[in-house]
Amino acid sequence: MSIHVNAFDRFRAGESLIHRLDPRIKVVVTVLFIVSNVLLPDGAWLAFALAWGVILLTGVVADVGVGYTFKRSFVALPFALAAVTAIFAIPGRPLASVHLGPWDLVATDAGLIRFVSIVIRSWLSVQMAILLTATTQFPDLMHALRHLRMPRLLVAIVSFMYRYLFVLSDEAMRLLRAREARSARLTEGDGGGSILWRAKIAGNMAGQLFLRSYERSDRIYNAMLARGYTGQHLTLNPHEMRNCDWLIGALAVMLTVFLQVVGRL
Amino acid sequence: MPVTHERAVDVGSKRTVFSRNGGDPGRVPALLVESLEFAYPDGHVALREVSLEIHQGEKVALVGPNGAGKSTLMLHLNGILSGEGEIEVAGLRVTEPNLPAIRAKVGLVFQNPDDQLFSPTVFEDVAFGPLHMGLSEDEVRDRVDWALAQVGMSDYADRLSHHLSAGEKKRISIATVLSMGPEILVLDEPSAGLDPRARRNLITLLSELPHTTLVSTHDMLMVRELLPRMVIMDEARIVADGRTKELMDDVALLEAHGLEHP
Amino acid sequence: MNWIFLVASTVPTMLRAVPGDPALHIPDGFLNLPISLLGWILTAILLAVAVRRTEGEFSERQIPLMGVMAAFIFAAQMINFPVAGGTSGHLLGGALAAISLGPWAGMLVMASVVGVQGLLFQDGGLVVMGANILNMGLLTALIGYGLYRGVLGQSRGVRLAVAGVAAWLSVMAGALGTSLQLWLSGTARLDVVMPAMLGVHALIGIGEALITVAALAFILRTRPDLLAGTAEARAGRGWVVAGLAAALVVVLLSPFASANPDGLERVAMDLGFIGQGADAPYQILPDYAVPFLGETALSTVVAGAAGALIVAAVAVVIMRMLRRSASPA
Ligand SMILES: Nc1ncnc2c1ncn2[C@@H]1O[C@H](COP(=O)(O)OP(=O)(O)O)[C@@H](O)[C@H]1O
Ligand SMILES: [Mg+2]
Repeated sequence: MSIHVNAFDRFRAGESLIHRLDPRIKVVVTVLFIVSNVLLPDGAWLAFALAWGVILLTGVVADVGVGYTFKRSFVALPFALAAVTAIFAIPGRPLASVHLGPWDLVATDAGLIRFVSIVIRSWLSVQMAILLTATTQFPDLMHALRHLRMPRLLVAIVSFMYRYLFVLSDEAMRLLRAREARSARLTEGDGGGSILWRAKIAGNMAGQLFLRSYERSDRIYNAMLARGYTGQHLTLNPHEMRNCDWLIGALAVMLTVFLQVVGRL
Repeated sequence: MPVTHERAVDVGSKRTVFSRNGGDPGRVPALLVESLEFAYPDGHVALREVSLEIHQGEKVALVGPNGAGKSTLMLHLNGILSGEGEIEVAGLRVTEPNLPAIRAKVGLVFQNPDDQLFSPTVFEDVAFGPLHMGLSEDEVRDRVDWALAQVGMSDYADRLSHHLSAGEKKRISIATVLSMGPEILVLDEPSAGLDPRARRNLITLLSELPHTTLVSTHDMLMVRELLPRMVIMDEARIVADGRTKELMDDVALLEAHGLEHP
Repeated sequence: MNWIFLVASTVPTMLRAVPGDPALHIPDGFLNLPISLLGWILTAILLAVAVRRTEGEFSERQIPLMGVMAAFIFAAQMINFPVAGGTSGHLLGGALAAISLGPWAGMLVMASVVGVQGLLFQDGGLVVMGANILNMGLLTALIGYGLYRGVLGQSRGVRLAVAGVAAWLSVMAGALGTSLQLWLSGTARLDVVMPAMLGVHALIGIGEALITVAALAFILRTRPDLLAGTAEARAGRGWVVAGLAAALVVVLLSPFASANPDGLERVAMDLGFIGQGADAPYQILPDYAVPFLGETALSTVVAGAAGALIVAAVAVVIMRMLRRSASPA
């Protein structure tokens, strides 16, 4: 096991109500919440604030720690740079103008509101998704998606992917470390050799990893055959919807509907 | 084929003669391999005239240097590879139509637990075999519980495979075949890569399992402790087959095939 | 403003535990609902075909192979090489997956990669995942495989060269798709986002091309049988046509739109895609008002009710699916 295995793990073990909810309901509610965010109009500050309140409350009930979702909620923020241009894209009361190379950009109030709203929508949605993965084991998410009509084949592929993500990432890390060990210069500055040469080394590593993965998949296939695999991917789904799941689902629907109404008042 | 009580195996100029211990001539052997030959698609011959008979309840070591053909032989035992020659498992010939039955009878545990455990969770992995045997849901669950209890890992059903230690992975690997109710366990280098305590636990576990067992290994101490019969392979052939106690004392034989006297 | 995107695409790779090109993983909130749905519909159709083809044509051997290969792409995205000034070249892998596994399997593999990155690491959103899969897994496979398929019989050198070009173009296609979707969602200005995205990805694409070519060369050298088995037997020449067409769109549209974004806007307007003023094309409910009611209190109420209805409808549809799947299971 390596550091990376842990760095990849988003699940926070617990026994909370949220943890014990049926994963299907969790997936549905998460998607619903994100759709609701996307549908909220620009500048619906009250609704945004309430939505954040919902997240904080869920976080408390799930006992994952408010800091946990908050800390990770900024992963998507760098992407906000793409939306900076929205400030200059929308007609409205001009606030300032910038001349940048070929561009004549006029910032407007509506543009600014659009920009801030986009960032908030994204930030809220990311936090909900974080809560989902923090309270649901990935295999349970897969069961949920299977129930929600994701094709068996894709579920099988993703399940294998999840199992071997950690194994192959470790292999990739070992390859990278071996390269570093052999060329001290690569770790600092731009490294030795021409860019082409460096790219070739990296490509060889990818090729090597490809072959090892390919051969591993052969051995896995043999291990499956040895246990009677004939091409069907059979699984048992240990989940059953309980009344409490339906109740929470209904509550969540009402809540998002409420957010939509508030957002437009 | 008539079951003989004594059998000679050619070891170059040297002949080792042994009498099978614990074998009951009246019963069908748990495993019978008759002049098996196999070459990989690239032409590399990995098995030559391999013959082997294992009786019910026997615990047999398969030793020999890397590349001797041990893993290749094991892959033949439940029909993943098929060379020329005959193989019978508990009287049932290993042929295409028999494969489902054969695979339930032969519990093959691969060397690398990361290959053996291919499902996200322990439960799914241990349930894989029984599910594919067409058992009912309840039966599958019972078998998973039973198999995990056998290897002392009852609490592990919901764990993720990639979170397990090497020793735990090995025990779960064994559970994945125990849940199929096999007649013979075939383990490829089970103690490789385990720390001393995990190795000790494994040896204890294997000594407690009642199954007929074939174990390929480089761990001669484990062989001496656990496996009364030893088969030596080298360069695609079986070069010796006899009582572990006797073969272990034949230092010249061991050295000739890259093995160490423990 | 290219530098902003350069920063955007290099800084996060240092901050994030997960590799890949952050500039292409659109988070939730950046695309509006209609564009997100359109992305999901296109992706769902292509994946459904891919699933059918894969189940029909390939042996059961393919399932663990595709799963492990998806993990491979994920891991291979960690492999980098230093370029200059603290930046580095990365592999995204869409073209490599399609060339080495065949187009349908490549699509399924890349969809799994993008899906897991979004679901497990919030690297790309959930509602926008369809668009992300389209950009990073489907367009890349189409162009990557289509072009490569066209030169299958040729010499090693030609094949590798075309694989490189295809890898570069596939990254450009992803960037083009992302820019267009952002623009159509009213999230970004086309005249800024397009040249910036394409400019940065012209560079990122070179890293992609170099690693892809080197990796393929390595595989061809050590296990040529693997590539021979996958790429050739499994897909018809239709891929060449489709791949070339997609590549042509990228090649022609990119410089046109970058040099003349107003032109594209006009085309979109003429086609009825967006309205004058290009506020938020495709926003189902323009901010506070319903068009024919104007900006009245009534309009706000109607818009609010409609928003609530959409959410409720989505919920009902999903719940019904749940109920149906819950009863037999
Ligand atoms: N898939 C394969 N293709 C070609 N040769 C192989 C393959 N697998 C194993 N071999 C070769 O067959 C021989 C026997 O291998 P193996 O049965 O794995 O030996 P052991 O398990 O005793 O170390 C070795 O020389 C090995 O290189
Ligand atoms: Mg071996």
